[in-house]
Amino acid sequence: MEMREILFVLAGILAGVLGGMGMGGGTILIPILTILFSISQHTSQAVNLIAFIPMAIVAIILHAKNKLIRKKGLLLIIIPATVISLLASLLSNSLHADFLKKAFGLFLVCLAVVQFFLGKVVKRQKRGEKTVKK
Amino acid sequence: MKVRKNLLLILTGVITGFCNGFFGGGGGMIVVPMLTFVLKLEEKQAHATAIAIILPTTIISAIVNIINKNFDLSVGIPTSIGVFVGGIIGALLLKKINNKTLVKIFSITMLIAGIKMLVF
Repeated sequence: MEMREILFVLAGILAGVLGGMGMGGGTILIPILTILFSISQHTSQAVNLIAFIPMAIVAIILHAKNKLIRKKGLLLIIIPATVISLLASLLSNSLHADFLKKAFGLFLVCLAVVQFFLGKVVKRQKRGEKTVKK
Repeated sequence: MKVRKNLLLILTGVITGFCNGFFGGGGGMIVVPMLTFVLKLEEKQAHATAIAIILPTTIISAIVNIINKNFDLSVGIPTSIGVFVGGIIGALLLKKINNKTLVKIFSITMLIAGIKMLVF
């Protein structure tokens, strides 16, 4: 195996570990590929999507067995999601890579800010619950 | 009101689908909080249901990308193998590692990566 391939495997492992812990592996894989490996934005996105599929299938089988998937209202989410996803990916593929990269960067910044503050909100809620229980 | 809840569900789907389709990822980071707040799901249920939502959207976006010849096998195959292995490790680690510091580090890393992509 070439060095380059080994590095890709490692990048994948890092993203996979974070994703497996529920932190959004894709959102770190794409920057890793574009910034560190200079892979084009479109290719990075495609790789991220496809890399996710095998693991997701395994996870779903396990989750379904454990009855963790909530079915009520699910179709109301999935159907619009798939339709919009089709349109959005067609749009994304028609855009210039540089623009898409910047848009993605902005997206990451927003996600980071939201995630940071979301953590604080959840903590405050939990703290609030604790005092109420007294 | 049930109508409002149904609209929120549809909105969740729209936003998640858009992120997955347009950005090739990141839908999960939006759908999990939305499931937690809108459907009041527990964390494990939210994550499990999120994957059930994201998988079909990912498959559709993946097909579009493959048709557009964006999938480079030399990059994609080793990376996919890594992600699969990493995912298993991550799922196992989930129970053992304290998340809070990790989430903060992750947020900061994302912020830096985002700024770099945005500006450079």
